[in-house]
Amino acid sequence: MKNGRDPVIVGIADAPLKDGKFVTNASVLGHAALVAKAAVEEAGLKLSDVDGLLTAGMWGIPGPGQLATVTLGEYLNIMPTFVDGTNIGGSAFEAHVAHAAMALREGYCEVALIVYSSDQKSLRSRNLGGRPSVLSMQHETPYGMPTPVGGYAMAAQRHMHEYGTTSENLAEIAVATRKWAQLNPEATRRDPLSIDDVLSSTMISEPLHLLDCCLVTDGAGAIVITTAERARDLKSKPVAVKGYGEAHTHWAIGEMPDLARLLPAQKAGERAMKMAGVSHSDIDVVEIYDSFTITVLLSLEALGFCKIGEGGDFVSGQRTAPGGRFPMNTSGGGLSALHPGMFGMFLLIEAVRQLRGDCGERQVKGAEIALVHGTGGTLSSGATVILQKD
Amino acid sequence: MSTEEPLPVIDHDSAPYWEAAREGRLDIPLCGDCGKHHFYPRSVCPYCHSDKLGFDTVSGRGEVHTFTIARRPAGPTFADDVPYVVALIELEEGPRMMSRIQTDDPEKVHIGAKVEVTFVKATDEVTFPYFKII
Ligand SMILES: [Zn+2]
Repeated sequence: MKNGRDPVIVGIADAPLKDGKFVTNASVLGHAALVAKAAVEEAGLKLSDVDGLLTAGMWGIPGPGQLATVTLGEYLNIMPTFVDGTNIGGSAFEAHVAHAAMALREGYCEVALIVYSSDQKSLRSRNLGGRPSVLSMQHETPYGMPTPVGGYAMAAQRHMHEYGTTSENLAEIAVATRKWAQLNPEATRRDPLSIDDVLSSTMISEPLHLLDCCLVTDGAGAIVITTAERARDLKSKPVAVKGYGEAHTHWAIGEMPDLARLLPAQKAGERAMKMAGVSHSDIDVVEIYDSFTITVLLSLEALGFCKIGEGGDFVSGQRTAPGGRFPMNTSGGGLSALHPGMFGMFLLIEAVRQLRGDCGERQVKGAEIALVHGTGGTLSSGATVILQKD
Repeated sequence: MSTEEPLPVIDHDSAPYWEAAREGRLDIPLCGDCGKHHFYPRSVCPYCHSDKLGFDTVSGRGEVHTFTIARRPAGPTFADDVPYVVALIELEEGPRMMSRIQTDDPEKVHIGAKVEVTFVKATDEVTFPYFKII
């Protein structure tokens, strides 16, 4: 049943990159502000209309980034009355959509703005090592655990052991995703890629090769969500938020309940699909967090697109590539388009573009329903959003 | 190993564990209510949430649950160690713990391999429980 307070996405924006770096000269907060402004203006709104502010990032820590919404609100000179600084890693923005949707339905908020910005490439700050080994990390970091790739490698190793998944299976994902990037003029890596290229790339943390890993780039993005009622007067093509779910299980990879099974994705996905009233066959386009190739495989299984252990078969034969039966990661993903550290924002932006029909060469024909799934931490958190063309 | 490698920041939960390791014992928490061991050490049992916990010396034996061979070091202090094996060990008593496999041949490490603890002194304060294939 439709309700005037149903949440709809009315604005999106992302910052242009060249060779993975910001084109515009601005600070990390400057880029956040520029995409925030662009997203509200695309909707036909002003920043002064925003009463809900949601953000997560890795900037300014320790320091002002510890209170990220507060610092960003100050920079934008707005006084939000609904805020959410939930940071569960790269899936934070899918969770923000859920939280904004609930606030909008409740009448607690009228215009919610979700923002992300990272200048990690320009700053060369991706290395997560060198931090003090406190709390649960005292039992992993001192052993030389490569972070975050080592945790994903351990999950891949376990999946290979239990189900016979191969490096070739994982490479299929990297290759299919690159083919989408070749159709996206904004993607960072667009040169041709073969399965052999992936398998012969440098081994980083066995069994994961360099080309099983996401890019390291800058990036900034913003999303504006309001009510269906408010959206009627706005100029952009609305995309409805139909369902959502979130969950997390662990921080340290050694605490992951089952290294070959992504429980947060299972929990979040089931809830989101049930809420939206959709089944797998209703979904036209899928955007799944690809920090590493194994992340995608585990997500596909846990979300129920195939059985647990059958992810390798599922992605074989370039099934997820352009022209394949399962359009996935259509921007080129974190593997080939951009990965500023917390990629979940850009999964949402790409899904909205697909549902608006704005994707040019890479447009999935007739796309009406999208599933977006973010993963954060070291396979720690998951959050799913179901979007539908309004 | 180099003393420049990152050392654990020992806290009240973990102090008895690190102290035992210094003395060549693998001591992990045992719950006085549900009778389960757990790792890493907490002040509340992760299974039944009891706070009746004590430390128990365990066998130090287990098997490789999963592992990775690091071909790139986790920061410059580990550069001389490459390639090295970081492994998640499932102890006979049940809990899993992250560690290093001490080996001259990383390729020989496999899931299910039986292992036993061996203690490697890093500093006067810190001794690490590593594991070797048996
Ligand atoms: Zn207990």
